[in-house]
Amino acid sequence: MAKDDHTAYAYLRTTKKFPNIWCAGCGIGIVMGALIRAIDRIGLDKDEVAVVSGIGCSGRMPVYLDFNTMHTTHGRALAFATGLKLAQPNLKVIVVMGDGDALAIGGNHFIHAARRNIDLTAIIINNLIYGMTGGQYSPTTPLDMRASTAPYGHVEPPFPICELSIAAGATFVARSTVYHAVELDRLIEKAIRKVGFSVVEAVSYCHTTYGRLNRMGSSVEMMRMLKENSISLAAAENLKPEERATKIIRGVLHEVEKPDYLTLYQKVIEHAKAAVDGKEFLRAGPGGLE
Amino acid sequence: MVVRLMQGNEAVGWGAIAAGCRFYAGYPITPSTEIAEMLARELPKLGGIFIQMEDEIASLAACIGASVGGMKAMTATSGPGFSLMQEHIGYAAMAEIPCVIVNVQRLGPSTGQPTSPSQGDIMQARWGTHGDHPIIVLYPTSVPEAFDLTVTAFNMAEKYRTPVILLMDEVVAHMRERFETPPSEAIRVIDRMGTSVPPEWYKPFGDTVGDVPPMPSFGSGYRYHITGLYHDLMGYPTQRLDEINPWIERVHRKISAHLEDILLYREENTEDAKVVIVAYGITARSARHAMKIARQHRHRVGLVTLYTIWPFPEEVILRVGRTARRVVVPEMNLGQLALEVERVVGRHKVVRVNRADGTMIAPQMILDAIEGR
Repeated sequence: MAKDDHTAYAYLRTTKKFPNIWCAGCGIGIVMGALIRAIDRIGLDKDEVAVVSGIGCSGRMPVYLDFNTMHTTHGRALAFATGLKLAQPNLKVIVVMGDGDALAIGGNHFIHAARRNIDLTAIIINNLIYGMTGGQYSPTTPLDMRASTAPYGHVEPPFPICELSIAAGATFVARSTVYHAVELDRLIEKAIRKVGFSVVEAVSYCHTTYGRLNRMGSSVEMMRMLKENSISLAAAENLKPEERATKIIRGVLHEVEKPDYLTLYQKVIEHAKAAVDGKEFLRAGPGGLE
Repeated sequence: MVVRLMQGNEAVGWGAIAAGCRFYAGYPITPSTEIAEMLARELPKLGGIFIQMEDEIASLAACIGASVGGMKAMTATSGPGFSLMQEHIGYAAMAEIPCVIVNVQRLGPSTGQPTSPSQGDIMQARWGTHGDHPIIVLYPTSVPEAFDLTVTAFNMAEKYRTPVILLMDEVVAHMRERFETPPSEAIRVIDRMGTSVPPEWYKPFGDTVGDVPPMPSFGSGYRYHITGLYHDLMGYPTQRLDEINPWIERVHRKISAHLEDILLYREENTEDAKVVIVAYGITARSARHAMKIARQHRHRVGLVTLYTIWPFPEEVILRVGRTARRVVVPEMNLGQLALEVERVVGRHKVVRVNRADGTMIAPQMILDAIEGR
């Protein structure tokens, strides 16, 4: 394949100066590539895609992408995306977040976006740590591991992102890793196609902080761990429960059919319009409804 | 013309609808809740959207998102919720996203007195979010003005691409007053400027008109980037001083160069006044009553009612303060806008009249200050 023919180039901003801000060997670029391939395969027009992010390493992804892009505040990307989706229902709104972003400061927004079943695609890049600020523990840092704010080992149990999403009401929940790049773009494609709140957990790593603090080696070695420690959902069926608990299980973990928020809200609008023609107000002023 | 009895909070809701607001996101809080209830009922009739979010942080975020999607958006809250919204007031100022935030104040700090009036959020409305930022804050004294200033808040938000805060007193919010419904053709509605340049030439923060960049909606064919980071003319993050400094100058200038349009106030009897009262909100109505009584006693007393409190109308206050011997500033707080008046006319001239116990300032308290008691 000639370099210029690479799928990604058509979706990257030529007006934005590269290189990107991520550390060499980071997994976020792989997620970005997977997202582009998914969008390309669905055949979405660039104008009908919006990518919204929060704060952190993952928050910098939208600026490189030639879509409608919004880099919002820490943890609140889903709330911004909710407003955007309701105002522009035809946009495919994809929300890219990190683990700290989505589950600590944004935990409340996350569970409520899932409960409301807003038609958004949430991609959570889980690197088990706050990377940009230098390796502090996050809601997904495993027990006993080290972080710059857990120099003696971490004592809080982690949030399981997918289980949390399912319990909160998401209609589509999937997980893969940045090692499994092709599988990842297939899952993101399914998530975008799904109408309703869909979640893809992209398990990544941070060799710069987490890997260094826990002596896990370079990005290549951390990548190899993702390969060796993960297993497909089908293969995991054959494992004993205690074996399963130690593995990253990949695949579509949950999918249900239910009407999304906007579909239900259309009914509210129909009921309200049937009750009184509100446009009367605009013709006659506020007294028009007397 | 239809005349009816209307509540202040209700008037805000109708004002928003008249201004073209079709998106409301909020979280219940006393004493602002009637605004949400009213819009939950009325917006769907117009095909608009009402959504109750999980907190006030999310509420303003959703409004900003909807505004980026092309809808006029509003949220309403009170002190504790207003505190939570500060982060996104800064975001809206930084990214230049039009939105209206209503704060029906209650007695603080903290949970305070949810049902008692207070004017304690004057400084928070100006400086609550971190960093230097431009902001417009409007303040009605009556129910009809709550309607009018809500329309004005949207117009200014759209015209200047900025968040606009409408501060209200609990007393005005819950009071019912005579309301003459203006004919819809008498309501002036301003919409944000769009752009006609081809998308490939479009510079999101470059092609400004009167220092305000046009704002096409997401999904309209103009793809661009929005961020809370300092950004260049394309909207991309920058750390270059030659891009940051012009940005800072422009966003402040887009407000400061249009003060004639933005500063709303009313002067009464200031020409010959030896004592001038500077007041806002419900306190201005006590002040007007005090002025009338004082005039009956042949005291030369004038009143400046501020409808725009931020940016602070310092030229007006400087002018009336020059000829006055005393400037009385009554406020339902321990002296907040008085600090600005003191800065402009000098501390020696200013007499503060304050109470911050959830009770209105009666005209007699202001009269006492006028007469130097």
